[in-house]
Amino acid sequence: MQEKCWKDKMLFRYLFILLVLLPVKVFALIEVDITRGNLNPLPVAISPLAIDKDSKENFKKILKKKNLGSEISKIVENNLKQSGLFNPLNKDAFLQKPDIANLKPRFEDWNLIKAQALVTGKVTFVDEKLRVEFRLWDVLAGKEMMALAFTTVPSNWRRVGHIITDKVYERLTGEKGYFDTRIIYISEEGPKTNRIKKLAIMDQDGFNNKFLTLGNELVLTPRFSPTNQMVTYLSYFRNLPRVYLLDIETGMQEVVGDFPGMTFAPRFSPDGKKIIMSFAKDGNSDIYTMDLENRIVERISNHPSIDTSPSYSPDGKYITFNSDRSGYQQIYTMKSNGKNVKRISFGNGLYGTPVWSPRGDLIAFTKLHKGKFYIGVMRTDGTGERLLTENFYQEAPSWSPNGRVLIFYRETKTNTKGEGFSAKLWSIDLTGYNERMVKTQTDASDPSWSSLLSN
Amino acid sequence: MNRNVIISFGFHSLLVIITAMSLPFLAKKPIDLPPIISVELIQISDKTNIPFAPKAKKIIEKVKEKEKKLVSEQAPPKKIKKQTPDAVPLPDEKIEKIKKIKDKKQNPEKVETEVKQISEFEKKELFDTNNIAALIDKSKTESAETNKKIDKVTQNQDKEMDFSGLTLSEEDALKAQIFGCWSIPLGLPFNENLLVRIKLQLKPDGSIIRTEILDHARMNKPGQAFYKVLAESALRAIKLCQPLRVPSTGYERWKNMQLNFDAREMLEG
Repeated sequence: MQEKCWKDKMLFRYLFILLVLLPVKVFALIEVDITRGNLNPLPVAISPLAIDKDSKENFKKILKKKNLGSEISKIVENNLKQSGLFNPLNKDAFLQKPDIANLKPRFEDWNLIKAQALVTGKVTFVDEKLRVEFRLWDVLAGKEMMALAFTTVPSNWRRVGHIITDKVYERLTGEKGYFDTRIIYISEEGPKTNRIKKLAIMDQDGFNNKFLTLGNELVLTPRFSPTNQMVTYLSYFRNLPRVYLLDIETGMQEVVGDFPGMTFAPRFSPDGKKIIMSFAKDGNSDIYTMDLENRIVERISNHPSIDTSPSYSPDGKYITFNSDRSGYQQIYTMKSNGKNVKRISFGNGLYGTPVWSPRGDLIAFTKLHKGKFYIGVMRTDGTGERLLTENFYQEAPSWSPNGRVLIFYRETKTNTKGEGFSAKLWSIDLTGYNERMVKTQTDASDPSWSSLLSN
Repeated sequence: MNRNVIISFGFHSLLVIITAMSLPFLAKKPIDLPPIISVELIQISDKTNIPFAPKAKKIIEKVKEKEKKLVSEQAPPKKIKKQTPDAVPLPDEKIEKIKKIKDKKQNPEKVETEVKQISEFEKKELFDTNNIAALIDKSKTESAETNKKIDKVTQNQDKEMDFSGLTLSEEDALKAQIFGCWSIPLGLPFNENLLVRIKLQLKPDGSIIRTEILDHARMNKPGQAFYKVLAESALRAIKLCQPLRVPSTGYERWKNMQLNFDAREMLEG
């Protein structure tokens, strides 16, 4: 019995040794790190929205548009193209008709024209209202990425296009869109010595332009509230600067207050409850806030130098501003109570108009160096300065609500002798490559981007 | 009898003395040992100009550890020949001494740990410090035999390498292909963890049988929408690129593969 047990033990030992010694073929899983990709615009096909005959006739009567489906898809296409991140494909190459594509796309057909994403949908006239259904397809995976429907009044049809774009943009890029937004700006007409300046508002693509003031008073620096459709701006009344509040939805306007001396650039706090600005008291320009509920003014900075252009961080804890306390105009940050002032710009030249990004990661600014103006961005600690664009004269950057695009204005000479000039709005994205002029009816300056109208 | 013994002893002693006196090595001064050859190991990353992500470096180091013996032992001795002084025929003992000195001074073990994973082409430029002593005297069969033994080991390890990973040039080809296909979604927050790991099962021609996102659960978590976007873009890249540029041989070793898509470098820059 004992002998058998011993034999078993030996056998086990031999087996164990064999197992250890025999080479075992093990295939380690190969891992490959992909750390780079291309930044080419994503090829996307926007199929015109399908529309039935009755709806077509109804919309034709109300909106005087021949085919509302293709009009809306044009808006989407244009928006995506302007973003610089997408390459909408030419509709002539589409193999499937809108009505069929809307039901079930033949992915092979869309793959053939190298589309990676496809937008289909239909628009109908239901109970005097416009109803839109749309779907986003991943052509390569052959599956639906998103399907949404909504109803609105027919006159809102342009916004329908913008909302679709926002949703598509968000689904494909991972960040919120900025298309269903508006831009408020100063419309300028007439010779430079006698400029008529009006407050104007338009959609971000330049359509639906409206003038909000008549032009008999000088208006300056309109700024949108980050939370709602309120605007604050500066206007001179009997040669005294006044800060106004304007509700875009209702058209109601009120005076926030008269301030002594030079007053500059009022701007909302992130919660929309305060206004921050600079004005000169006893000849010294400092930064102040005003609570919009109780109208209490609070002094934030207190320094013999000139402090101007304050802007809150999106969490409301910090303020960036420019000051010449170092001898030259530079950008500073401080806590919202005015403590812990830090200089963050150290490059050559003068820095001004700092604006904190809605994402919180960057500060946009205007820089003047050797007679040229630059629009640039830097991190909130002043590192990573990047100049995005350079020109003869440009300033006042304003962020898109998603913190990806900046809008600013640029003055250019109209002829080679330097006579005459024109001011236009321009947009540039953070890559610095996608620079575009924003069409306006008149000359334009001091733009400010609204938050998203629909969330 | 005694006399004979004495005579024999006398003559033997004489012989020993004469031999001892006339042996050449006792008369000679100590031989100048050939100078220790410094070996410069080239970082392969300089040659291929590929910026490795920190994770990629770790992976390469893992592979490198498996292969470190292989790299040093596979080195052909050609370059050394030129640098060594003319071969001096030395007795066996001397060779051993030199070997010992080499071993002590140059510590080839340590050198090996610095060796990076290299392509077939570049292996030729490296050589094994263990072989230096053997190279000095080519005529010795013993050395030749040890060389042979080493060669055998090398071949075995070469096979092992075939089963352990892609060579750098194979990896480069695959990476370059996928770089071209991957459209990085630019809206991603660059301070987040942006690593998408996808496991692939491949056909011998490089087309895809199956893909699997390893952190699939993260895709549907609230606040992680960007991760879903990134994962989808990575899947699109793989589909757009197929058939992948895989090596023509060794299907078994790469039929399962994992791609780590990391967008941080691009988005930060």
